[in-house]
Amino acid sequence: METTAAVRGREITKCFGDVVALDRVDLDVARGQIHGLVGPNGAGKTTLLGLLLGLAVADEGRLEILGSPMGRALAAPEGIAGFVDGPGLYPSLTAKQNLTALAGLRYRDARAAGVDEALEQVGLTEVADDKVRGFSLGMRQRLGLAAALLTKPRLLVLDEPSNGLDPAGKKHVHGVLNRLAADGATVVLSSHRMDDLEALCSEVTILSTGRVVFSGPLAKLSAENRELDYRVRTSDPQTARQVVRDLPGAVLVEPVEAQARQDPEVIVVRALVPTMDELVVRLVGAEVAVRELAPVVSPLEAAFLALTDSEHEPQPAQPGSTDEQDSE
Amino acid sequence: MTATLDPSTVTAPSPVPVARAYRFELVKLFSPWRVRLLILACFLGPGLAIAAIKQQSTLPSDTLFGRWLHASGWAGPLVVLGFAGSWALPLLTSLVAGDVFAAEDRLGTWRHLLVAVRSPRRIFVAKALASATVILLLVIGLAASGIVGGLLAVGDKPLIGLDGHSLSGADAAGKVLLAWLCVLAPTLALAAIGLLGSVALGRSPMGLLLPVVAALAMQLAQMLPLPVAVRYALPGYAFISWNGLFTDPVQLSPLLIGVAVSLVWAVAATVLAYLLFLRRDFTNLTVDNAGRQVLTRGVLPLAGLFAATVAVVAIAGGSGSGITQAKLQNSLAVNFAHLYRLQEQELHRPPVTEAQLAPTAACTKGDGLSAPDGPGNDWRCVVTWHVPGVAITGQAVYQLDVTANGRYIADGDGPKEVNGYFLLKTPDGDASNPLWQFDGNVELLPSH
Repeated sequence: METTAAVRGREITKCFGDVVALDRVDLDVARGQIHGLVGPNGAGKTTLLGLLLGLAVADEGRLEILGSPMGRALAAPEGIAGFVDGPGLYPSLTAKQNLTALAGLRYRDARAAGVDEALEQVGLTEVADDKVRGFSLGMRQRLGLAAALLTKPRLLVLDEPSNGLDPAGKKHVHGVLNRLAADGATVVLSSHRMDDLEALCSEVTILSTGRVVFSGPLAKLSAENRELDYRVRTSDPQTARQVVRDLPGAVLVEPVEAQARQDPEVIVVRALVPTMDELVVRLVGAEVAVRELAPVVSPLEAAFLALTDSEHEPQPAQPGSTDEQDSE
Repeated sequence: MTATLDPSTVTAPSPVPVARAYRFELVKLFSPWRVRLLILACFLGPGLAIAAIKQQSTLPSDTLFGRWLHASGWAGPLVVLGFAGSWALPLLTSLVAGDVFAAEDRLGTWRHLLVAVRSPRRIFVAKALASATVILLLVIGLAASGIVGGLLAVGDKPLIGLDGHSLSGADAAGKVLLAWLCVLAPTLALAAIGLLGSVALGRSPMGLLLPVVAALAMQLAQMLPLPVAVRYALPGYAFISWNGLFTDPVQLSPLLIGVAVSLVWAVAATVLAYLLFLRRDFTNLTVDNAGRQVLTRGVLPLAGLFAATVAVVAIAGGSGSGITQAKLQNSLAVNFAHLYRLQEQELHRPPVTEAQLAPTAACTKGDGLSAPDGPGNDWRCVVTWHVPGVAITGQAVYQLDVTANGRYIADGDGPKEVNGYFLLKTPDGDASNPLWQFDGNVELLPSH
């Protein structure tokens, strides 16, 4: 399987002076996978992405990208593209000029590099001749992605590509990344948007203070995680509450979110996944229709908060007495 | 700590060819409006300025060749050259070379550029070549505009040199072009200093301003009564030494020394900038020891180069101020003889030769109370010559203001029939008496 890995890192350590940015990090990313990199600010995500792009080499450890060991800076094999710390764009050039100039570095005929197609893929065709100076953050992110696409990447490395994206931009970016992965390219991206990572990534690596605290499939993260709070919308909240009270392992909690509080059909239940399965069975048995069931905080976000920073423990809902809720 | 990887096993991708990186840099350099505006200003400004001066009755006499602006179209580009060496070229090199690296810091595009080009060396070469190209274009613009403006406004007429001799249109054209070519050397030196500042200081305004600051410091040094060796060792001296092209014989030594020193500085500063650039860590963009780096890898090596150049020029004989009584007397006598011939011609008198005039000059400084050497505005000279056709000798008095770089302005102090202010009828209109006030210069190195 190792021969199919797009990225294989072992014991990667990178220091900046006295600061240890990465501390014996292991990373495996299979080809054709969209892999998320999560961590609080200063966790080492950008440093790791910089190593993947070949901007620097690890002080210690071994890193192979697309089968080639990374021995010195800027020696990454062909087929790696992307950006860290935002896309590099020149504001005095138009979107098309930025891409054409960039394509001119790699191709003799810049026009044949697919500039128009790249702009179309990220949904910027209509502003192709506008100066980048006037672009929003989201448009710059999409243009940065288009620039990366010009090189027909086999490994795409993106640092916070979702920053500033509106729903339409997000749709374009997700579409591009999914198509790339479907075509066999590998994508490694960092983001603070857990919903994006959950929508895109099959596996994630969570970094905290330069160390890996979790790496694996999202499903594994959910299974390993502790109890979660779930929003449950039913046809009969009163009966549903009673069912929850009677179910061992389930706790009815006081919703904090204003939306949940104002919606009389919604109750919030804290439980493990098997308990929630049993709850659904019992609600149906009690002839209560389950109209919606979703975690208040995503499993990834909950795990991220739990694994990376004790100061930000997830407190989406406060445990409350069932009596109080009944009285509502 | 070092990486445990074996570099020999790496299959490195091919970096982007320098030619493509150069093209990329040119696209970026030409895209901002301020650069386009600068180019436009350089191609139009001097010509328009000369045309405007042509309409004025007063001339910029304090500028070298300014007093001949109405007399020859070739004086225009030389006035522009004098101004460019003092102000325009330092400013232009600052805006181009001083910003070529700093712009990437400002825009946060270094990592993007490195991933795209994959070679810091090639990035450096491309940026250095691209900035040199733009600067060359600006210099060409200034020169072309000055020449075209001068020729259109005044015409291709003989130019009076700094020793009073007349240069034909073709001769003047060749020397004007050569003078502009010579100032490319100090311009490149300033550009290299700009590259060094841009690399070392990043987005700091000091990085951008370094060529201007260096040029002003060198101009200040040229105004001070420093030894010749120090003066010649400064890369900015070639902004002055082109003056020697307009004497007969040409003052070649200062010109060659000035150009050579400038080119050595250009190479040295570029190499220092290159080494500094290669040492930069682009994964850690926070440069917290820039000041120390500039000192140890920029200022100190260049200071060493300066000291070594001073020593070499001093050994070659460049000690003291270089301005002696004998040089000044000789220069003034030659200058007077040439201009006397011009005056005779404009007065429609029979032509005379310098040999017939056999002029001599006797100069004192500070009414004889000061040592007769060095710069100062207290030089007083008496020129004596044989008046053609009569058995008498003429005498004329001049007050000389001699600057530390060897240039002087001679101001006629009588008799007024010879060197007073009056107008002469010339084919191109009225002109002031050429013996009234004129420019000259002395070569600071010992004559061989």
